[in-house]
Amino acid sequence: METFIFLVAGAICIIGALGVVVSSNPVHSALSLVATLFGVAVLFVAQEANFLAAVQVIVYAGAIVVLFLFVIMLLGVDRAESLEVEPIVGQRLAALIVGVAVFALPVAALASTGWEATGAMANLGRLTDGGPDIEALGEVVFTRYLLAFEVTSVLLVIAVVGAVLLAKKSPVRDELEIEGLYEPEPGSDDANEEATS
Amino acid sequence: MIAAVEPAWYLVLASLVFAIGATGLLVRRNPLVMFMCVELMLNAVTLTFVTFSRMLNDVGGQAVVVFVLVVAAAEVVVGLGIIVAILRKRPAATADDLSLLKG
Repeated sequence: METFIFLVAGAICIIGALGVVVSSNPVHSALSLVATLFGVAVLFVAQEANFLAAVQVIVYAGAIVVLFLFVIMLLGVDRAESLEVEPIVGQRLAALIVGVAVFALPVAALASTGWEATGAMANLGRLTDGGPDIEALGEVVFTRYLLAFEVTSVLLVIAVVGAVLLAKKSPVRDELEIEGLYEPEPGSDDANEEATS
Repeated sequence: MIAAVEPAWYLVLASLVFAIGATGLLVRRNPLVMFMCVELMLNAVTLTFVTFSRMLNDVGGQAVVVFVLVVAAAEVVVGLGIIVAILRKRPAATADDLSLLKG
């Protein structure tokens, strides 16, 4: 049964990942990303990480991909881009070689250890001390990883402040717009480029 | 083969997804799609962490996945903010336009 689940979820993961890379339309890429995220969530459940599977669906599929789709729709960049043209000659071949190498390296490392994880089994914070995985996870996050947990909160505050700062319009430009001195020209950047080059 | 799935299979799958994400990051020009490829790579790594957590019977691997999720959320918020700020000024910007920085 686990083999069946692994094969189906793994196929969904790989097809979704290929869809992200191959789709010419960003919206299709985002939807393929959802497929991969769900596949990974199913694999989490298959490995008895039930809490992480739920969080994966809620945070990734529910928040991050929706944010991607929001940005795509907001900016109106949901037109297909042509993938036939290769901007740099030989770039795709080089990228493919890098990709194969990135795949082969961990697999070779794994094969050299006889397909087993090297390292000591856990003494503290074991996964199977009884009770559901969320209990073990909660205990370890608030004891052994407490510092990392607190740093995480700082990171979230910084991200919020950064997002607000990026979304805010510059106050100087606002004043100029009110006084009618600033005229946003859509081609102004291009005009500057032509002048400098 | 019919027996339980070897944990190593999960690791091979994760490295395959990671490799696809890395290739996409190198090939695609659209900054949004490049960002999605980064998310793919992050997901592959979280799958690896969960698998090692099961292999070594250590809940620490799952704890790391929680932190990876938080970092991914923060990264998406700030990264998409930057992308919105750039694409508002020049709607057709691609990663190739970084060459303008050459001066």
